[in-house]
Amino acid sequence: MRGTIENRDSFLEKIAGKLNRTVGEVPEMPIWAHKPQERVYEDYSEDQLTAMMKKACESIHTTVCETNSDGLAEKLKQLIDKYGAGKIVATKDERFEAFGLSNVLENYQAYTWNYKEGHQNIDKAAEANIGLSICDVMLAESATAGLFNDKDKARSVSLLPETSIVIVPKSSIVPRLTQAMNLIENKVENGEDVSSYINFISGPSNSADIEMRLVVGVHGPIKVAYIIVSDL
Amino acid sequence: MPMKVGNRPFFEGVDKAIHDSFMVNAVSSAQDGLRGRKLSATIGDKALGDWEEWRSAGEEIRAHTLNNLDYYLKQLSDNFAARGGHVFFAETAEEARDYVKKVCKEKNAKHVVKAKSMVTEEISLNEALEEEGCEVLETDLAEFILQVDHDQPSHIVVPSVHKNRQQIRDAFKKLGYEGSDDPKELAGFARKTLRSKFLNADVGITGCNFAVADTGSICLVTNEGNANMVTSFPETQITVMGMERLVPTWKELDVVVSLLCRSSVGQRLTTYVTDITPKADQDAVDSPKDYHLVIVDAGRSNALGTDFQSALHCIRCAACINVCPVYRHIGGHAYGSIYPGPIGAVLSPILGGYEEYGKLPYASSLCAACSEACPVKIPLHKLLIRHREKYVEGGGHPPVMERAAMKGFSIGASSPMIFRAGTKMAPIILKPLVHDGSIPKGPGPMKPWTHGRDLPAPSKENFRDWFKKHKQQSATIQAKGTGESL
Repeated sequence: MRGTIENRDSFLEKIAGKLNRTVGEVPEMPIWAHKPQERVYEDYSEDQLTAMMKKACESIHTTVCETNSDGLAEKLKQLIDKYGAGKIVATKDERFEAFGLSNVLENYQAYTWNYKEGHQNIDKAAEANIGLSICDVMLAESATAGLFNDKDKARSVSLLPETSIVIVPKSSIVPRLTQAMNLIENKVENGEDVSSYINFISGPSNSADIEMRLVVGVHGPIKVAYIIVSDL
Repeated sequence: MPMKVGNRPFFEGVDKAIHDSFMVNAVSSAQDGLRGRKLSATIGDKALGDWEEWRSAGEEIRAHTLNNLDYYLKQLSDNFAARGGHVFFAETAEEARDYVKKVCKEKNAKHVVKAKSMVTEEISLNEALEEEGCEVLETDLAEFILQVDHDQPSHIVVPSVHKNRQQIRDAFKKLGYEGSDDPKELAGFARKTLRSKFLNADVGITGCNFAVADTGSICLVTNEGNANMVTSFPETQITVMGMERLVPTWKELDVVVSLLCRSSVGQRLTTYVTDITPKADQDAVDSPKDYHLVIVDAGRSNALGTDFQSALHCIRCAACINVCPVYRHIGGHAYGSIYPGPIGAVLSPILGGYEEYGKLPYASSLCAACSEACPVKIPLHKLLIRHREKYVEGGGHPPVMERAAMKGFSIGASSPMIFRAGTKMAPIILKPLVHDGSIPKGPGPMKPWTHGRDLPAPSKENFRDWFKKHKQQSATIQAKGTGESL
């Protein structure tokens, strides 16, 4: 269903008039003279990017560990126990099963997001101690987990619980925001739908609003951990 | 809260501010901290390559977008509406307020949560909604503190920078807080207080760091997680954006977001960079069902096609504020505008006129540190000079006394006879004020000058007489063949 647009014509005419243009005249998209972003870490190997990402985790108060697909289930269990287990919520993401994690979710009686259940999903996430998500693209430069949230891969899972654990396939690691934005823009150019909520999250929520002192853990998670899976 | 902060004339505000030593110390240490962080994340980060090239990239993106603003706004609104969102173009603050009020009324909204947004401050949105009986809650920690304490922002990135932890604790006591003044405990209180408010609000209101024209998306750049709450749980989401805050595509979004995070707080990326594209018909549980985008002019178009157009390139990082020696000494409130510092002194007269803000361009030493700090290369100090020119040319209706003085000077200076008489009279008239060769305490227009320093007494001999005498002397010397030419 198309939404409404109000007051547009006079508004744009005024602007175009001041710019000496006719409204809607298509500008030629310039070839940018400066594109420094494309050269940052451009020749880094996957291992170099991983090392850089691990280092970046230090400055964003985020725990990071690496394992392979055989060790993933065990590693996840360890982390869940470390953070006090309790109630757990996970996004609805078929990769959990593909990565061999169904048993772990079951053993901890994790609640898997199901939009058909309505508002109780939010209640479950709000009372959970740990939220489990899988990263879509990881930005090495800033150790940022890019999550393409939708009705199944729900944003609440990485927002409401006190601890957020994110599984990071090593193959999803890219140098920086540039590559993630290119990925999205390519989708747009191919006529694919853009995820309605694209979240780039770098560690636990924080604030320095009181006397410029950093407080880690404000409205979102207080603790964040990444598990890099080397062969995924 | 309107764009105007307080009712004090500019120079009175400055007087009050420079004597507030706590505020001055808080502001200067915040400036030092933010500036240091910015430097290490920009020119200090060798992996980025040449920071100047990043600035040029930002500049060309912003210039292109503003030069074709009508096209990109059309594209943005088409794409936002194609995905089910509603777009309202507001020429004035009043139109923007009325639209938001109308939406809230239709939704029968009682509880509104807000993420930090300067433009909603600018258009006095909170007051308008409160008049309609809505509870409007600021959820950014700094804005929450200011709201609880009925105070006003003094910085565009850290609005509560002028307050200390004891003041914040005392403010929170009004809400039943009984803890210490430890920032962690104070922030914990805000988390606890606001959590249920987020989950039960009817409407969520945000500003917009950048919109992306080619998909109709809104990008929010934050740290605390409150903006994510505000855009997830209320059924209705209203985004209010200044009309210049957009980029053509996601590729340009990359550059401006990188510039913003690094220049404002020295982070590679802020904790949350959240991109919201309306999807009104989806079944998501934790997503708005109804999206509104209010695109606000409110004086911005005054700058289009003029010398001041580049002021609209601003990405609101406050890097100019964090290096400004004047802001350092007078803080944010003295500017009398929610936009303080160099960018505030450029922007406020554009948005609010010279009558109200014509003095602000004088709040600058013209050292150009601001222009150098700006990540999108706005020539701030040049724009400040241009404002001053327009102000004294009469564009700004300079004060009556100043105009009379200038008029008097132009009459005096255009008649050789009056001019000569004037220069001869000055030492005689001012003689009673002279002590030890200078004037320590001058009346009228001399007062602000002599308040801080002495005014040299006018020389008994005026320039014309001196020059005449000097010419005669040098002619005599040259005639003797021993002189050097001047």
